Amino acid sequence: MAKDGAAKLSKNLLRMKFMQRGLDAEAKKQLDEEEKRIISDEHWFLDLPELKAKENYIIEERSYVPCEDLVYGRMSFRGFNPEVEKLMLLMNTHKEEEDEEEDDNVSRMETDITDEEMARRYESLVESMRKKFAKKRNRSTITKSEADVNCNDADNQPKKVFLKPQD
Amino acid sequence: MDTIHACFKEKIGEVLLPGDVFSFRLPESGDGSIKTEKTICGPGLRRNGEEVQVCKSGILRHKQPNMYWIDSQQRRYVPAKGESVIGIVTAKSGDIFKVDVGGSEQASLSYLAFEGATKRNRPNVQVGDLVYGQFTIANKDMEPELVCIDSCGRANGMGVFGADGLLFKVSLGLVRRLLVPQSEIIKDLEKIFPFELVVGMNGRVWVKAKTVQQTLIVTNLLETCENMTSQQRQTLFKRVADGCL
Repeated sequence: MAKDGAAKLSKNLLRMKFMQRGLDAEAKKQLDEEEKRIISDEHWFLDLPELKAKENYIIEERSYVPCEDLVYGRMSFRGFNPEVEKLMLLMNTHKEEEDEEEDDNVSRMETDITDEEMARRYESLVESMRKKFAKKRNRSTITKSEADVNCNDADNQPKKVFLKPQD
Repeated sequence: MDTIHACFKEKIGEVLLPGDVFSFRLPESGDGSIKTEKTICGPGLRRNGEEVQVCKSGILRHKQPNMYWIDSQQRRYVPAKGESVIGIVTAKSGDIFKVDVGGSEQASLSYLAFEGATKRNRPNVQVGDLVYGQFTIANKDMEPELVCIDSCGRANGMGVFGADGLLFKVSLGLVRRLLVPQSEIIKDLEKIFPFELVVGMNGRVWVKAKTVQQTLIVTNLLETCENMTSQQRQTLFKRVADGCL
């Protein structure tokens, strides 16, 4: 191995990590720039002017269904096929709901119990749950205040809190 | 795009011929202030660069806010994505069924495209069955594909139907008249007797009523509705209703 002064190391070797630990910041920057130049020279690109994708304002629609708002194709009349009649209601109201999304039309569902019964049931339910989890001391106060519509606490005794001795 | 709408508005309700062009100039892209709306060209209209060309002869129709299409008559069906059609199964090959939908090509229907179908649990479809399905792929470059489920995996009435009943072909214009919401023909037909009807956008209609005679009556009525004015139709229906009952 003939030594010509400083050993001639190839560029690739110099680019390896273990050779760059000894370098200072400037040398590193120069090496980086050289690399970038090489890469950008080799990088292939199309030599065309920049074409902006034109935003299409015209949309093509091939089907008649959205144009004329056609309904669902299966139909049954006068109860001939109850399943199809149910389907008709389902699919056509589904379509109407999409149209009326902007209006707040809440379709009323058929109920077995009236709203008032539901409210009453909930009232008593809330009452019983409260009693269940209330502390023993408070349980008697809950049952007392039923008759009063406004649930005023004026007649009830004030809650017993711990009184600190004043000594 | 007031310019487009202005061009179109003049012609709404008029008869247009193929080759008529609506052209307009797009505003300069530098003007950010002008808000451009989208125009939807329905069937019969085609976009050609920045112009809109008419490719079918008929009457120009408009729907708010920005939909335009040509209302024309034809009997030959061209598959379009999203339309529900009645098909006849013609062949079973491997994993797909070949279905005749009345177009230039037969559509393919995968056996997995039915509700509750798995590789082990194949649907019970035989050659010659009627299926009601929707197109997922339908363009001029590829073979059309049908499915019998919707995007959530539910059947929604699609699939094999109809043990009895009668299948016949009508023009596409009549099909659209039947499927319009609040269709008069349907309202008049309802009054006569109970029956079941499946209408496919490919011009095929399947009817089933209690007796063979009633089925044939409904079929004949639908076929004659094609060329009648609403007055004539109503008198005819009344006569049939009186005659039946």
